Amino acid sequence: MSVTAAIVERPPPQARGWPRSRIIGYALVSLWIAFGLGIVAYLVFAWNAEFFAKYAPAYLKGLEVTLSLVAISMVLGAILSVPVAYGRMSKNPVLSGLAYCYVYFFRGTPLLVQTFLVYYGLGSFRPELQTIGLWWFFREAFYCGVFAFALNTAAYQAEILRGAIESVPRGQWEGAASLGLHKLQTLRKIILPQALIVALRPYGNELILMIKASAIVAIITVYDLMGQAKLAFANSFDIQAYIWVAIVYLVMVEILRHAIEWIERRITIHLKR
Amino acid sequence: MPSQSIWTLLSWGPDGWLDDIASGAMVTVALALATLPIGLTIGFFIALGKQSEEPSLRLAANVYTTIFRGLPELVTLFLFFFGMPILLQHLIRYFRPEATIDVNGFVAGMIVLALIFSSYASEVFLSAFRAIPKGQYEGSYALGLSSWQTMRKVILPQLLRIAFPGLENCWLALLKDTSLVSIVGLAETLRNAGVAARVTKHSFLFYSVAALVFLVLAVLSSFATNAILRSLGKREAQR
Repeated sequence: MSVTAAIVERPPPQARGWPRSRIIGYALVSLWIAFGLGIVAYLVFAWNAEFFAKYAPAYLKGLEVTLSLVAISMVLGAILSVPVAYGRMSKNPVLSGLAYCYVYFFRGTPLLVQTFLVYYGLGSFRPELQTIGLWWFFREAFYCGVFAFALNTAAYQAEILRGAIESVPRGQWEGAASLGLHKLQTLRKIILPQALIVALRPYGNELILMIKASAIVAIITVYDLMGQAKLAFANSFDIQAYIWVAIVYLVMVEILRHAIEWIERRITIHLKR
Repeated sequence: MPSQSIWTLLSWGPDGWLDDIASGAMVTVALALATLPIGLTIGFFIALGKQSEEPSLRLAANVYTTIFRGLPELVTLFLFFFGMPILLQHLIRYFRPEATIDVNGFVAGMIVLALIFSSYASEVFLSAFRAIPKGQYEGSYALGLSSWQTMRKVILPQLLRIAFPGLENCWLALLKDTSLVSIVGLAETLRNAGVAARVTKHSFLFYSVAALVFLVLAVLSSFATNAILRSLGKREAQR
């Protein structure tokens, strides 16, 4: 012991103890665990093979509808967002004013109102729509949902695109111009690759928001995931209809969130030091 | 029924629907305003939990935001609106077997919106916490302030200023999310507009009016937030 006594001893590790934050933290975590176990216990207790056999295929079909709705409207919105973003950045006051109004309207009003406006509102012009031969489109709730969602997400995506393009320093444009690249080449080869790194996370968030928002098409009688849950609940008065659907949405969103983080880590690998 | 002109439909009184929509707009504003303080308080404490040194506290706070940001607003609302009465009924049966429970749409909406708002607001608060330099804590510790005093007199005033733009976005999202509560039968803007649309068959008109109400609310709140920002900036300049 005499040898070790000569060496300066390390200070003892701080006593972990039970400070207030620790007690509260443990209490809250155990509350969550109790909550989770309660849900699991309920699902086990209320396990109903008949319910499952009846509604599981319906849920799968609903999932398909949800995913296709989101995918189609995201793509259409991305296409539509290009001219809107161009308008927002243009120096022409008429163009930029129009684009601003478009974005303000779709970002300032609830998506539910926009969906109702398309499905019930435009649907009330049935004779006019029939004469111009567009009634087949606005008759289907699914198409109306896609229409409203695409317009809505176009406004958000235009802002994302504009923000990303404006985040690239002006010197990049000037440098490209001095190298003799014309505007389109500059945009495609210089600006967009840099802008898309900035835009990835907002785009991912927008995708997640769209998946979450897509639940509201259930209100206009589209049988997406939420619509199937509504139907199952109306038929069975069993709250597990909504619990299952909540789990599916949660898993979907979490997978996407982690995937986006993974992609972001991959494409910014050259920026890490 | 002879087709009425648009102006009679939009007049104030028994023939028109403007009074109904105006009362709906009041409910929308009341719901959002009632949710705001609850959501801000919960969000602040969640953010405190997330930046705490205690891992269990961080975990609990992260579970909260993962759940309420991951679930669609509509699913949360339905789970609450339909699930809560069942749960409460089971609990209350132990005491009074014959009691039945009805969940008020306003209260259910308020709880759900507060849960969603607070999980988004907590992210804003968290990033604002991270923007405050450590020296501020150390400085006030050196001055002998207790941790509660530090929070109240040093951190909070700066935190609110930094978090303000983010909270404004949360507020606008909250205003828009109130429209979802119309689905469970709360007589707010969209619900009343929908009733008017169904009765008069002028769907496009009345849903446009509802959209206009939400736009006006957004414009009004941007005026209000600009005024608040300016006064915050003035106070900053006076120092």
